Amino acid sequence: MPVKITPKTVNTDFIKKLEELSGQNIHLCMQCGTCSASCPMSENMEFTPRKVMHLAQFGLEEGLEDVNTCKVCASCHSCTVRCPRGIDIARVMEALRQMILRKNINFVEPSKIPAETIKELPPIALIAGFRKLTS
Amino acid sequence: MKIKYYPGCTLKSKAKNFEDAAIASLKELDIELEEIDRWNCCGVVYSLADDDLIHMVAPVRNLIRVKEQGGDKVVILCSMCYNTLSRANLLMKEDEEKRNTINSFMDEEIDYSGEVKVLHLLTFLKEEVGWDNLREKVSNPLKGLKVAPYYGCTLQRPREVGIEPLGSFELMTEFLEALGADVVKFSAADLCCGSYQVVGNEGVVLDASAKILNIADSEKVEALATSCPLCEFNLGKRQGLLMEEKKIKKEIPTFYFTQLLAVALGIDPEVCRFDLNASASLELLKTRNYS
Repeated sequence: MPVKITPKTVNTDFIKKLEELSGQNIHLCMQCGTCSASCPMSENMEFTPRKVMHLAQFGLEEGLEDVNTCKVCASCHSCTVRCPRGIDIARVMEALRQMILRKNINFVEPSKIPAETIKELPPIALIAGFRKLTS
Repeated sequence: MKIKYYPGCTLKSKAKNFEDAAIASLKELDIELEEIDRWNCCGVVYSLADDDLIHMVAPVRNLIRVKEQGGDKVVILCSMCYNTLSRANLLMKEDEEKRNTINSFMDEEIDYSGEVKVLHLLTFLKEEVGWDNLREKVSNPLKGLKVAPYYGCTLQRPREVGIEPLGSFELMTEFLEALGADVVKFSAADLCCGSYQVVGNEGVVLDASAKILNIADSEKVEALATSCPLCEFNLGKRQGLLMEEKKIKKEIPTFYFTQLLAVALGIDPEVCRFDLNASASLELLKTRNYS
């Protein structure tokens, strides 16, 4: 997917908000791709974590909302512990997730989960899942 | 000896086998797990957004319970509870501004600043019982059982709360060796099973879990020992489905590490509630005459 970057597409407010929420300096990222290589979920992501970091550095909010990366992230922290620039990427993913969820958007609809699934899942799966995937 | 113990929600329901096996085993080792009064859910996942302090209240309240009930240590079995409580504890110890906000928000509670030591049961066993001592108490050694430690994410990451350094799986390896098992070096011991994504992205989790189980199979692992009820669900209870979908070729029975401890200590297998595991777990123990 070609991405057009002009001074008009750079959303500096978005970058500021992302850095505040995550507590991370996203400009430290040097695009080495260690996060993508470490991510056990990257095969199922539309954009890998490295690409998401790149888009974030350019403040491309809309592009980031449309990709599933932060919705598929399992917060396993593999990227965080391996990032050679010391960026807690799990926190960046959380910030991206929160920025979407706080618009009252759910990634999963609890009412649509079948009763048998609810019965089968351990409580920690449901609590963690709802915390991470619902607004 | 008595030690304060935080069980967490899942150990009282789906993972009763994890808890019951631990209580019985520790009794055998003359240790009483003293469940703290009025504990609540820890929130399962640690809040990663910088402005989200409200989700710190649940884990911190549990630490306050330990402190007000006279404890300076708390033992936890569930990896996710361990991670959340450890990280919340660290925050209360190190971040003065957030500590003050949380303490003043919970004005009905005593102030807390990270005084309680949060210990995972494996660390506690090593420090308080010792592997040599444990080895002596083993009456039913798990000889010939090729078992691999599976840590998942939350026992090791992030570094500051890991039960041991990244990439090292000594604690559970030494524990399993003390039980007499043949411990297999497992290259997927800290690969993520997909965790809570099972709620919204089941397919992704099936792929992630299948990958771990296929690596286990190729590395001649017969059984996996875990400390997390969510890993146990994704890796253990889902194996029937994974076989049906042909994502794995062979079932690899999963156990909570406390169940293997109980079996090795010669405790009645009824106590271990193998009915809550996938059926392959008990079958493996029976074919090897461990139970």
